[in-house]
Amino acid sequence: MQRTTLDLWVGIFVIVGIGALMMLSLKVGNLNINSSTQSYVLTGHFENIGGLKVRAPVKSAGVVVGRVTNIQFNTQTYDAVVTMAMDSSFSFPKDTFASILTSGLLGEQYIGLSAGGDEVMLKDGDNIMKTNSAMVLEELIGRFLFNKASE
Amino acid sequence: MSKYLVSAIQNIGHRVIEGIWRLGVGTRFFLLVLLKSGTSLRRFNLVIRELYFTGVLSLIIIVVSGLFVGMVLGLQGYETLQKYGSESAVGTLVALSLVRELGPVVAALLFASRAGSAITAEIGLMKATEQLAAMGLMAVDPVARVVAPRFWSGVISMPLLAAIFSVMGVFGGYLVTVVFIGVDQGTYWSQMQSAVDFHFDILNGFIKSCFFGVAITAIAVFEGYDAPPTAEGVSRATTRTVVTSSLVILGLDFILTAFMFRGVS
Repeated sequence: MQRTTLDLWVGIFVIVGIGALMMLSLKVGNLNINSSTQSYVLTGHFENIGGLKVRAPVKSAGVVVGRVTNIQFNTQTYDAVVTMAMDSSFSFPKDTFASILTSGLLGEQYIGLSAGGDEVMLKDGDNIMKTNSAMVLEELIGRFLFNKASE
Repeated sequence: MSKYLVSAIQNIGHRVIEGIWRLGVGTRFFLLVLLKSGTSLRRFNLVIRELYFTGVLSLIIIVVSGLFVGMVLGLQGYETLQKYGSESAVGTLVALSLVRELGPVVAALLFASRAGSAITAEIGLMKATEQLAAMGLMAVDPVARVVAPRFWSGVISMPLLAAIFSVMGVFGGYLVTVVFIGVDQGTYWSQMQSAVDFHFDILNGFIKSCFFGVAITAIAVFEGYDAPPTAEGVSRATTRTVVTSSLVILGLDFILTAFMFRGVS
């Protein structure tokens, strides 16, 4: 076979292969949200995180503004410490409220932020003071039965 | 009676020693190929010629099987998921199973039987017809001139083929679920995009296929170079390439998956 046709076919093959990789990362994997953006770190103490997992989204008004990067257990206060990497194009007031919510009936759990009215903004490494734990089904049923019984 | 027992145990021992010996020879041959890869980097035309045979000519089988695997995944996934009313997750199912597992593994199995066997047969036949010995006489190193370019062409083309396989599979799933069945196009892509992560899924799948490429071509060139120079020897070596590399792919896949996805979710 001619050298030039050989080179042409191999060139086409390599370009198609790299194109497939690009398409996987951009179209299927949605690369641009996760890694390229600058981020700052916030922590929050939760009494109960339910089924929250690392890499779960942090949303405000339904828009993804960050991701959970680490979950640890605090042995002093016996609560869960959740570390979040926030997109640095979004900043939130100091009295922002963080709660663990569920998307849909059986969906994944995420952290919902509702902004407060403070003038001072949260900085890198800050701790969110106001948190709301995840809803646990057994506790809800228990509370419901308790209320019924006291009626 | 004891004579038979002794000979049976001797047989086992012989096979074990033989196996370990072959493993050792194979590893040394692999290191030798790496050591003599300088020529194929300096004369990259040799690698490009081999890339045509291992990569371009494997494209048809990879594209067609990728398309059909994706279509079947979409169909089966839809059948099961719609029982739970979550047929919108079919895009996630197709993309995750392709990018994490099926893309690298099935593409590697196809690659082993399409290109690996061809490499073994070619090198084995070159040895049987004494072309390799003739090269040695002309002071051309057969490992640097024949083996190393084939090895590198396999290492380069395997990740590209796996990526093409995954893309074709995602497209096949799209074709069946969105175009034929009528799942909403927006949910198909958006559910997929929110579930597939670049580092955890795509990069790990890519690393997997790189490992598979090295393993398949290392086995293929070794079996070819090691083949007894007879018609029967070459045919056995070709069979051994396909069997060994398929087993190695599956075993390696389990080990790599255990390392990559253990901590996630």
